[in-house]
Amino acid sequence: MSKKSTDKLWLSGNEALALGAYEAGVKVASGYPGTPSTEIMENLSKYDGVYTEWAPNEKVGLEVALGASFVGVRALATMKHVGMNVAADPLFTSAYTGIRGGLVIINADDPEMHSSQNEQDNRNYAFAAKLPMLEPCDPQEAKEFLKTAYWLSEGYDTPVIVRTTTRIAHVKGQVSPGEKTSSSVKPEIVKDAAKFVMLPANARNRRKFVTERMKKLSEFAETFPENRIEWGDGTRGFITSGISYLYVKEVFPEASVLKLGMVWPLPEKMIRSFAEQVDELFIVEELDPFLELHIKAMGIRCHGKDLIPAEGELNPGIVKKAITGEESSGFAPVALPPRPPNMCPGCPHRGLFYALAKQKVFVAGDIGCYTLGFLPPLSSMDSCVCMGAGVSAVHGMAKALGEEGMGKEVAVIGDSTFAHSGITGLLNIVYNDSYSTVIILDNRITAMTGQQPNPGSGTNIKGEPAQMLNFEELCRAIGVRNVVTFNPHKINEARKILKEEINRPEPSVVISRAPCVLIPSEKKRVKVPYRTRLENCTGCMACLGLGCPAIHWVPITPEEAAKLGFKEKQKGHSQISVELCNGCGQCAELCKFDAIGKEEDR
Amino acid sequence: MNGKGNILFCGVGGQGILLASEVTAYSLLAAGMEVRKSEVHGMAQRGGSVTAHLRYGGKVYSPLISPGEADIVVAFEMMEAVRYLPYMHSGSKIIVNTHKIYPPVVATGKMVYPENVLDELTSRDIHVRELNAFDIANGVGEVRAVNIVMVGVLSTYLPVDEQVYVDVMHERIPERFRDVNIRAFQEGRKTAAL
Repeated sequence: MSKKSTDKLWLSGNEALALGAYEAGVKVASGYPGTPSTEIMENLSKYDGVYTEWAPNEKVGLEVALGASFVGVRALATMKHVGMNVAADPLFTSAYTGIRGGLVIINADDPEMHSSQNEQDNRNYAFAAKLPMLEPCDPQEAKEFLKTAYWLSEGYDTPVIVRTTTRIAHVKGQVSPGEKTSSSVKPEIVKDAAKFVMLPANARNRRKFVTERMKKLSEFAETFPENRIEWGDGTRGFITSGISYLYVKEVFPEASVLKLGMVWPLPEKMIRSFAEQVDELFIVEELDPFLELHIKAMGIRCHGKDLIPAEGELNPGIVKKAITGEESSGFAPVALPPRPPNMCPGCPHRGLFYALAKQKVFVAGDIGCYTLGFLPPLSSMDSCVCMGAGVSAVHGMAKALGEEGMGKEVAVIGDSTFAHSGITGLLNIVYNDSYSTVIILDNRITAMTGQQPNPGSGTNIKGEPAQMLNFEELCRAIGVRNVVTFNPHKINEARKILKEEINRPEPSVVISRAPCVLIPSEKKRVKVPYRTRLENCTGCMACLGLGCPAIHWVPITPEEAAKLGFKEKQKGHSQISVELCNGCGQCAELCKFDAIGKEEDR
Repeated sequence: MNGKGNILFCGVGGQGILLASEVTAYSLLAAGMEVRKSEVHGMAQRGGSVTAHLRYGGKVYSPLISPGEADIVVAFEMMEAVRYLPYMHSGSKIIVNTHKIYPPVVATGKMVYPENVLDELTSRDIHVRELNAFDIANGVGEVRAVNIVMVGVLSTYLPVDEQVYVDVMHERIPERFRDVNIRAFQEGRKTAAL
């Protein structure tokens, strides 16, 4: 829904960034899916003249983009904030090598952790890696800033980071398309060891260059038009950037505002002059006191995190209350049953976690839809830290507990996550020999972020056929002697296999394989829903242990029980919502009373 | 309703809230208004409580509606209508789909779905319009068109001609789903007129 027949387009921040990359003449783009960054690469893959790909992880993605830049084309890497941690290794040294073709890294932070395991503030990476960072406030700016970033990158021989947050990435607004620009750099192989070979002697020279470059960029920041002062009433002055700028304008439309389009390095003279001309200075920013600390380090007095929360997202109401003390006019909340996210009806992960819950082991989990296996009634995940952590941690547990721990812990990791960061952990299990068991939840797709293909899918970002990673062969090649594959919808078989493998005194891998219900081929497949055969239901609640959204409990009174032909003491019965059922059959497998079946079986 | 406002869409992930907010946004844009919309993707969409914020008319800065500032709430599920009470103010209008979707704690029998939950709204100074959009969508032959039934009701609250919505749906909805969605839209409008 991105095209419109008038001049302006209606785009999300991510769609605008894709258009910006196209208009900037990007030739090579690589990234790993991660909310809220995913749609940038997805949309860019639809434009002609730009090569796009899903890399196995963000480090690979940034290195691919760096290689493209080294031979003189404009390159892009995209990632979410925690992906930047994975890509940090090449990031810090690319600050030294600099670039040939423009190189931009789009980094999407997730304040409030809508879909993340932490809310780190990646503006700190710009400071730590000594790289310039631009921060747009809406989709139009996102597109323009990306083009500016390429101009800066080539002008100052530097990678440039463009930082967004959820409320830039997933906000839609009107965007004017612009001219296509291009690089003056010629695509060719250029050997330049002093610039590209970062061993100590060369790196020390480049270190000096980095200092000089940041000094020049600080001077540029003073005249950069996107660092701008909007003069208003001089009693309150605000320094702000990104989405926080819009909240300040919403609440204080008459105030003086210094809007920073570039959040690193900072325009010290401009900030100093602004501070002198307002009675009271407020720094409004989400998460860390990043601007505040650097402004205070200039010796400038200001309010910041003494008033503005450092946790979670801001909104106009929070900004207003923090500065003026005025409360919102909304009604007080009412206590209600919670509604957390849940796995889909027919999700293969549900069968695996149901079977796993019966093993009473510590489940070292990982990042993906399957992290929802933590929630009751499955309650079948005991840790979740970062991509790949479960596989490495289960080995640490085995080494810590020795024989005492055998059969008491297991790692669970998705197919995409395994390709991202699980393989090295598994290699460690084999090399350093522990009895650990790793379960790979292979649903053929990167599901949580919206069904992106990965090395195990057999297709690339454009849906074209691609080499399909064979997980069984890979595990055996690493040296795992016990590799078993099963269908998690067959819960009873899954339980048997899990018991055997978890208790095996040597490394083993269990591949739980069934496709995600949301991939196109599964969506198209005609599914016959299951139905409750009410007359057979004893109210044992076994099927409810799955926590499937298509099954619910109907409580009944003794009179109703009698009327329905149940035993008087039966407290209720299960009911399948036929319109939600995807026909996976897990519940039918669990039912011992033939109370769940397909219509066609009758 | 004047030419400016804040609309909060809320419901359960998977109910088509994003499409409903898109059709509404495109229709307001086609009527020449400035529009901003904010939504959340990823984990939040998996059957959890979800929202989309839409602001239109005048100079719109913030893409988020502040608590207490939603003029119209479009609630796709009955209990979710009450969950977002802090966004409503005296005089807010709310369109409620009375169809219930049980969250896991209710479905598994651990908690009960609150009875007469809409009393929380009607007992306050809020204009409540109830309808069972699930039954209406079922009636036009497509239970997944609940979202467009809701757009149909909402359209009667907004200063945009009916034809603009129909044109937008012709432009934006794939052909095989188009007719049933337009019927769902019109049934929504009829219900609003009752």
